[in-house]
Amino acid sequence: MSDLFDKFQPLIDQREALLSSGVTDPFNLVMEKVESPTVAICNGRRTILLGTYNYMGMTFDPDVVEAGQQALADYGSGTTGSRVLNGTYAGHKACEEALRDFYAMDHAMVFSTGYQANLGIISTIAGKDDYIILDIDSHASIYDGCALGNAQIVPFRHNDVEALEKRLKRLPPEAGKLVVLEGVYSMLGDIAPLKEMVAVSKAAGAMVLVDEAHSMGFIGEHGRGVAEEQGVIDDIDFIIGTFSKSVGTVGGFCVSNHPKFEILRLVCRPYVFTASLPPSVVATAATSIRKLMHGSNKRAHLWENSKRLHGGLRQLGFTLGTEEPQSAIIAVIMPDLEKGAAMWEALLNEGVYVNLARPPATPAGMTLLRCSLCAEHSSEQVEEILGKFERAGRASGCLDTH
Amino acid sequence: MTDRDQRRERILALIEPYNKKGVEVTDATRFAQDLEWDSLTVLDFVAAIEDEFDIIITMNQQAEIETVGQLIDAVGALEAKK
Repeated sequence: MSDLFDKFQPLIDQREALLSSGVTDPFNLVMEKVESPTVAICNGRRTILLGTYNYMGMTFDPDVVEAGQQALADYGSGTTGSRVLNGTYAGHKACEEALRDFYAMDHAMVFSTGYQANLGIISTIAGKDDYIILDIDSHASIYDGCALGNAQIVPFRHNDVEALEKRLKRLPPEAGKLVVLEGVYSMLGDIAPLKEMVAVSKAAGAMVLVDEAHSMGFIGEHGRGVAEEQGVIDDIDFIIGTFSKSVGTVGGFCVSNHPKFEILRLVCRPYVFTASLPPSVVATAATSIRKLMHGSNKRAHLWENSKRLHGGLRQLGFTLGTEEPQSAIIAVIMPDLEKGAAMWEALLNEGVYVNLARPPATPAGMTLLRCSLCAEHSSEQVEEILGKFERAGRASGCLDTH
Repeated sequence: MTDRDQRRERILALIEPYNKKGVEVTDATRFAQDLEWDSLTVLDFVAAIEDEFDIIITMNQQAEIETVGQLIDAVGALEAKK
């Protein structure tokens, strides 16, 4: 009899080898106490959080917390039902209205997670004889959306406009086509050349879906994302996003101007066959989204943080994922998993939490320490982080010791 | 030389730059196990094949192609459909 777990053995071995070197398990950290969007107690130590997606620092916003508490008192802890049955409360409608206002679009549909939003929209709108053309570095939820549906999948090299255009031109002209892009790619924190990509997609008669999970609230004049920043938001057919990053809670959404969009509520399985978000969650989300509309000061400070950390890390001698800071994510490239795990632990001992990313989640088999900045990080905290990176880099051998 | 032979020669020439271990390539050679290609190599190689023959090989079709021989036949079928 074969053991179905045999296929995981290489990963089990790799994990055991890593842990036997005495390193703290980088994938099993517990936040014992969370004091603010930027500080938590981990392993009994005050730790600066530099690995959350709390870009706009909304998790402790007094208005957001109060809205959640009120909804919890008024509507209880959960809906116990699907959106199309008993799970649509006034709060869900208010949340969708906040999204329509935020993006200035006609339709908004809230999902229980961002993962489900991609899974649902992609698998539902692209059918058997349609084509999905996607960037090879797309998020797992985009690939899983492709796998759940029946469309023909055509990948192209990361951020390569010419490769996208060439593939679009080879597809049957009459076939349905959906081009799937991301505003900010989360592993290296780089942005897509959406202006050029949307132009070639539209010229080929394709619809365009852009996942703006890592740009919402931060990039673009109104925080609508890279598509807004590059002036092409009116040509985007679907924007996918999440509440678990800048919005500061959990949930996902799709906004669109497509006139027939509302039918998706009946045909999209990851929307229909799951429980809707708890009332307290949609109340915090709606409040947070409305506050993000007026977040220009926060956006400016977050850009300052991003530029300072990027410049400071480069000066120390680290290799970064992008030449210039392009988002709130700054990826520090590690020589290998062992060094990466040692550096991660050294940073934790210094009191900084970052995310360790390893293959297969990363492009080209890289090991990365991914720093995600928050608008609530003070300028002093950014300087403190740089000092800790310098000491941890020397302690782990990632920087020269002299 | 048959059409298939000609196609085979063109494909073997495209495999060569990615055949880092110098494996002897036959119709039975498997891309994943014998040539040990990772996903990025596969992407580059598929792009090279697509450009050479002016076709598209979707990920759905790639899943069915494990050996060099299967690729030669699949490319032939895709060319015929043009």
